[in-house]
Amino acid sequence: METSMWRALLYLVGLLIFAGVNAAWLGWCERKGAARIQRRIGPCEAGFAGLLQPLADGLKLMSKQLLVPQGVDGIIFRVAPVLAMIPAITSMAVIPFSENIGARAMELSVLLLFALASIGMISILLGGWASGNKYAIISAARSVSQSLAYEIPMLLTVITVVLISGSINLREIAIDQQGGFWHWNIFRLKNGHFLTMWISFIIFFICSVAETNRAPFDMAEAESELVAGFMTEYSSMGFGLFMMGEYLNIVVGACLTATLFLGGWDCPFGLTPGVWWFVVKIYALIFTFIWIRWTYPRTQIYRLLNLSWKILIPFSMANLLVTAALIKVF
Amino acid sequence: MGEENVPASIVQFAQLDKLLNLGRANSLWPMTFGLACCAIEMMCTGGSRFDISRFGAEVFRPSPRQSDVMIVAGTINKKLELAVKTLYDQMPEPKWVIAMGNCAISGGPFKVKGNYNVVEGADKLFPVDVYIPGCPPRPEALLEGIITLEEKITGKRRWPRVHPG
Repeated sequence: METSMWRALLYLVGLLIFAGVNAAWLGWCERKGAARIQRRIGPCEAGFAGLLQPLADGLKLMSKQLLVPQGVDGIIFRVAPVLAMIPAITSMAVIPFSENIGARAMELSVLLLFALASIGMISILLGGWASGNKYAIISAARSVSQSLAYEIPMLLTVITVVLISGSINLREIAIDQQGGFWHWNIFRLKNGHFLTMWISFIIFFICSVAETNRAPFDMAEAESELVAGFMTEYSSMGFGLFMMGEYLNIVVGACLTATLFLGGWDCPFGLTPGVWWFVVKIYALIFTFIWIRWTYPRTQIYRLLNLSWKILIPFSMANLLVTAALIKVF
Repeated sequence: MGEENVPASIVQFAQLDKLLNLGRANSLWPMTFGLACCAIEMMCTGGSRFDISRFGAEVFRPSPRQSDVMIVAGTINKKLELAVKTLYDQMPEPKWVIAMGNCAISGGPFKVKGNYNVVEGADKLFPVDVYIPGCPPRPEALLEGIITLEEKITGKRRWPRVHPG
């Protein structure tokens, strides 16, 4: 692969634009989706169909007083929101958007993505801890226990995909699934893998909802119990960065799900594969995230942990064993 | 309560200020709190029939640090006085207050001789931008209050004013 300066610059600017547009307008999608699900209209006064709403919110958040309360840990309090954004944008560098579009085709891209996801969790911990607010600390502790609990089944299901594809490179995994939906990892009619791979997909999707702190698993910002969770003390763009980080995490989660299970840029019918199919897939997944959030009520923290430790981890272990056995048999 | 003296800044950015005010007026995030029965009407305004989200104001933030407008919806009792005052002080600038309902305006039916437990009006505690009369005001009145607050921020009214009669 050629490594010219222009290529790196182009990808840098392109990924930043992609991240910025998504972080801003997914908020609009969420508000509009929530409104439609609740039989409301949603934002409609700011621009056509409320499309200028993110600009208004951004202007307001940027021009609001950036308040650093007394008794907070100054440096960590300021660094934590930035730390929520950076890993999400960085992990976009290794995502293959199509066969030819992808900033870096690293050998260990799956590992890199999960390492960066853990840094995103640390930003919540630091933000909550530096605030010096008891609700924020409770929220940070909850968030860490949730992330720990859900990373285990998530990685176990990723191992099944890696076993089948024989590669830990996202691009290789996507290339391995080309040629129609029956080649995708979620169905995988080629060998006996269709027996277990849909279970992997369901476990992975539940875990990615939990990893991105979305309802029904948004224990970190349960406003009926914890005011606003780890961002209770954040005003202005500190709060804005946390929100944008959350949306970017959703985008990365959807990209990862589409690449690992839904064939990446592959067309379901074996025609015109390309970046448009990837975009269709990730936005369908993101819509599912929004749909789940506004349909299910928030669960409780001990039920959340029980779901992971008592159900998802045993199931994903068994799933891994059966998949490995199937690979040996067929 | 004395007048609040805000010194004008030395350098003026007229167009930028207009743009920022337009942004602020279109995303007035209220604080999630209700004091009495007016809060029921406030919740109804967020519901599907009246839909406060059309004006970008449906993001009820639970933390005062992230909210722009405080809708004082209901009677302020003496016991709650300190809590409400603290919430106002915790909001970062720029911030606005809407006094919703007769109790928040003046104490309403509780402004009687020998009143011992009700604060007679939210403006005894902090400056109020918009007063919405009614006991309780209908959701349309709260929407009108939001539009009036937008008019106060930008200097322009969103829709032409409707005169009764």
